[in-house]
Amino acid sequence: MTKTRASGRTVGGLRTLSLQAPAVTLLLLWMIIPLGMTIWFSFQYYNLLMPGMSGFAGVENYEYLLTDPALWKAMGNTLLLVGWVLAITVVGGTLLAVLFQQDFAGRGIARVLAISPFFVMPTVSALVWKNMMMHPSNGVLAWLANSLGLPAVDWFSALPLTSIVIIVAWQWLPFALLILLTAMQSLDEDQVEAARMDGAGPIAIFFFITLPHLKRAISVVIMIEMIFLLTIFAEIFVTTSGGPGLATTNLAYLIYMRALLDFDVGVASAGGVIAIILANIVAIFLVRMVAKNLED
Amino acid sequence: MSLLRSTTPAQNASGVGTARGSAGMKTLVITLVGWSVALVIFFPILWMILTGFKTESAAIADPSFIFTPTLESYEAVQARSGYARFALNSVAVAFGSTFLALLIAIPSAYAMAFLPTKRTKGTLLWMLSTKMLPPVGVLVPIYLIFRDVGLLDTRTGLIIIYTLMNLPIVVWMLYTFFKDMPKDILEAGRMDGASTLQEVFFLLLPLTLPGIASTGLLSVILSWNEAFWSLNLTSSKAAPLTAYIASFSSPEGLFWAKLSAASTMAIAPILILGWMTQKQMVRGLTFGAVK
Amino acid sequence: MATLQLNNITKHFGDTAVIKGIDLEVNDREFVVFVGPSGCGKSTLMRIIAGLESATDGDIVIDGQRMNDVGPADRGLAMVFQSYALYPHMTVEGNMGFSMRLAGVPKEERRAKVLETAKILQLEPLLDRKPKALSGGQRQRVAIGRAIVRNPSIFLFDEPLSNLDAALRVQMRIELARLHEKLNATMIYVTHDQIEAMTMADKIVVLHDGVVEQVGSPMALYHHPANRFVAGFIGSPKMNFFDVELISTSPEGVQVRLPGGGECTVPVNAQALENASSENTPIESQPALELGIRPEHLVLDEAGALSGQIEVLERLGGQTSLYVRMGDLLVTLMTDGDVAYRVHETIRFGFAPERAHLFAADGRALPSLAQHPLAGLTRHDNRTSGDAEALA
Repeated sequence: MTKTRASGRTVGGLRTLSLQAPAVTLLLLWMIIPLGMTIWFSFQYYNLLMPGMSGFAGVENYEYLLTDPALWKAMGNTLLLVGWVLAITVVGGTLLAVLFQQDFAGRGIARVLAISPFFVMPTVSALVWKNMMMHPSNGVLAWLANSLGLPAVDWFSALPLTSIVIIVAWQWLPFALLILLTAMQSLDEDQVEAARMDGAGPIAIFFFITLPHLKRAISVVIMIEMIFLLTIFAEIFVTTSGGPGLATTNLAYLIYMRALLDFDVGVASAGGVIAIILANIVAIFLVRMVAKNLED
Repeated sequence: MSLLRSTTPAQNASGVGTARGSAGMKTLVITLVGWSVALVIFFPILWMILTGFKTESAAIADPSFIFTPTLESYEAVQARSGYARFALNSVAVAFGSTFLALLIAIPSAYAMAFLPTKRTKGTLLWMLSTKMLPPVGVLVPIYLIFRDVGLLDTRTGLIIIYTLMNLPIVVWMLYTFFKDMPKDILEAGRMDGASTLQEVFFLLLPLTLPGIASTGLLSVILSWNEAFWSLNLTSSKAAPLTAYIASFSSPEGLFWAKLSAASTMAIAPILILGWMTQKQMVRGLTFGAVK
Repeated sequence: MATLQLNNITKHFGDTAVIKGIDLEVNDREFVVFVGPSGCGKSTLMRIIAGLESATDGDIVIDGQRMNDVGPADRGLAMVFQSYALYPHMTVEGNMGFSMRLAGVPKEERRAKVLETAKILQLEPLLDRKPKALSGGQRQRVAIGRAIVRNPSIFLFDEPLSNLDAALRVQMRIELARLHEKLNATMIYVTHDQIEAMTMADKIVVLHDGVVEQVGSPMALYHHPANRFVAGFIGSPKMNFFDVELISTSPEGVQVRLPGGGECTVPVNAQALENASSENTPIESQPALELGIRPEHLVLDEAGALSGQIEVLERLGGQTSLYVRMGDLLVTLMTDGDVAYRVHETIRFGFAPERAHLFAADGRALPSLAQHPLAGLTRHDNRTSGDAEALA
C-alpha cells in the first residue's frame, strides 16, 4: 500500500490552486509580458535614437540580423564557447570526481578548495584572470612562461576566445565536479564489490560501473551548463567587451550591443527571439529528463 | 565505491609484502595528485586573497609569496569608492529577494507536495521551463518597462528581478524537501487535531528547517553573484558588488591590490555559505535530478 | 459505546477503483482485523474511516452519526501508523501531549494525563527522550500511547507491527491483546499477516481487490472459508488445491474423482452445483470443481487415495513439511516431526472427507453440511465465563 495517496481533503483542488496562485501568477507575468514584448518589438521599427521612425517592420529586423555577418560570427562564437567549456568541464569534472572520491589525507579540504571557483561572482573571476593571471607582462602565467624561458602570451590579443573559454571553464568545472561527486556517492558499493569479485580492475570498473551510473548526472550537467553558457555575458563584458573586433562577441553580447549601445530595440529583440529559440531546443531535452525523474 | 581503494582483499592476496608497499605508494600518489589539482584550481582565488594584502607596487611586481602584508588596499577601497554602499546593496538585494521568494514559494511547494492534483507535475515542469528563458531574450522589454516605471537603478527593481529569477529553483528545492518529509507525520498531526496552519508551523517548518535554510542560502548565493541584470539595470545608486567589481575593468589604471581587496571582501561571505551548503545545493541546482 | 458502520463505501483514484462497495458493521469493543494481500484496499479503507481519505461514495457512520464531512480529529478516533509517525523534533512527552496542546489543555493537566498513559505502557523513564533515541519497540509503544492519550472511541492500527523483528512482534501482539482488554475499546487493525489476524481478531474481514471476500471469526474463516481466495489466504502453510471430476451428487454430499483415480464423497451441500448444471449435461462438460485440503489435514496412510514422490523435506523439529510431487502439482503435507522419510521416496496419503473443501468454477465454496464446533468462537470466548459475562 505504498501507492501515492491523494489528498484526503475534498476541497484539495481549490486549496492547491489558491496556495499556488501567487507563484504561478508571478511567473506567468514574468514570462508572458517580456516575451510578448520581445516578439512584438522584433517586428517593429524601434530605435531609441531615432524617435521619429516607428511602425511595423515585418521581418525586416530579422532580415537585417540574419544578413549581418556579426550574427553568424556571434553564433559561431557562442557555439565554440559552449562546446569547449562543456567538453572541458564534463571530461575534467568526471576525472576530478573520481579523484576526489578516493580516500586521502585532507580530502575534505581539498574538495572544498576545488569547488570554490563556482561560488566566485563572474565579474571577480573574470577580472582576476584577466589582470593577475593572464596579464602579458605582470600576470602569473607570463611570469611562469618567462621562468621556463618561453615567450609570454598576450592572452586577450592573441587568443581572445581561448582566454574566455579558460575563465568560464574554471568557473564551471567545479559545478560539474560537485554534481558528479554527489552522484558518485550514491553508487552502490555492493555493485563495485560484485564487479571486483568478477575480476574487474579499476579501469574496467570505471567504464562499466561508474560511468553508466553517472550517465544521468552527466546529462543533467550538460544541459544545465548549456542553459547558462548560451548566455554568458559578464565575463565578456569585463574582459574583452566582445573584441578584439568581434572575436569574443557571443549572441548575448551582440544583443546587448544592439540594444544598449546602438539603442536599436527592434533588431535587439529579433536577436532575443533567436536566443530564446536556441535555448528552448536545449530546454526541451532537459525538461524531459527532469519529467522522467518526477515519475519515480 | 572508490575505484582504486588503497587496500582491497584482492590486492592483499596477490602478494603479502609487495602489496602493502604498492598500496602505500598508491595512497601517496593519490594524495599528491589530489592536493596539487585542488591547489591549482584554487590558485587564482588564493592569489587574489594574497594580492589584496600587498601594496599596489608589490601587486604588479614579479609574483611572490613573500611580502609584508598591509591593509592599505582594504582601507583605500572603503575610503575612495565607498565599498560599504555597494556591499549594502548586495546584502539588501540578495536577502530581500530571497525572503520574498521563500514567502511566495513555501505555500506553493506545500500545495504541490501535500495536495497534489493532476496538474501539479505540469506546473512544476512549466516553472522549470521559465528558467530556460535566456535573460538576454527579454532584456529589452525589461529595460524599457523599468525605465518607464522608474525602477532602473533601484534596489526594488533588482529585488523583483531576482525574486522572479530564483522563484522556480526555490519552489523546486522546497518541493523536493517537502516531498521527503514523511506524510504520516503530517497525517498524525491531523489526527491529533492540527489545522493546516498548525500543521505548517508545528510540524512542517521545524522539520524541514535545514532544507528551507539551504534553499534560502542558494537563493542568496545566486542573487549575490548575478551579473547580467545588475550590470544592465543599475548604474550607481543601486549597484551591487558585481557591478562595482566590474568598474575595475576600466583600462585607466591597474589597481590590482585594491581590486583584490574588494573582490576578497565580495566573495568571502558567499564562499563560506557555499562551502556550508554544497551538498543540498546539488539538489536545487539539478532540480532534484541528482541527490 | 463505539460502533462503526460502513455503507457501500467506494473509492476511486482517478479511473481506478480501489474500494468497490464495502458494507461492514463493527460492534462495540470488538477487535476487528482487516487482512488481505498488498493492494487489496485495506489501508485505504482504514484511512477512509480515519478521515485522511474521503470516500468517493457511501457513508461512514460512527455511533449512529454520519461522519463523512467530519475532520479526522473530530471523529473520536486515534490511529497508530505503520511508520509510527512520531514527531521527531518533540520528546516522548511532547509527542503524547501534542493533541492536548493543540486543543489548549493546560500544561499540568496534560502532564498528568501523559504520565498516567506512560504508566500503562511503561514509558515513564523515556518521557524526556526524542524518538531518535528510542528502540523500535519503544517507538511503537509511544505511538500507541499517543493514541491512548486521546481517549478515542475507536483505535485504528495500520500494520503497526510490520517494522518490528519477529520476536518483538510476538511480544507486541500479546501486549496489544492485553491492552484491548484493559481499555475496553473498539479496535480496527490492518495487516497483511494472517497470523496476526488469526491470533488477535474477534472478527476478521478478508479484503481482496477492493471487495470483502468474507467476514467472520478466525475459526469460521479457517474451517468454513467462503471461497477459494479466503481458503488460500487463511492458514499457513497454504491450502492444497486439486482439480477433481464430479461423479455424482447426493444428500450426503458430492462424490468426486481425485487425481490418481481415487474417489471420495465430500459432505457439502450440492445445491449450488445443481443450479449451475442440468442433469442432461454430459460428464465431460460438467462444471470444473476444485478440492482444497489443508497441509495439516493430509495424513500419511498406506491405503490413502493419493500418492506422490517427496521432492523437498523440511524438518522443523516438532513438525516436518513434505513437498510431494503429483504430476504438475506440488502438494504440501504437515506431518509428525519424527517421520523417517527421505527425498525421492514415494508415499501414499489421504484425508478425512469432512476436512476437505469443494470450490465451484467461480471460486465459491460449497457450504459444509455440518458446522465445525469451534467455528462460532471469537477471542472473547477464549476467556473464562466470568470474564465473558463481565464484558457482555
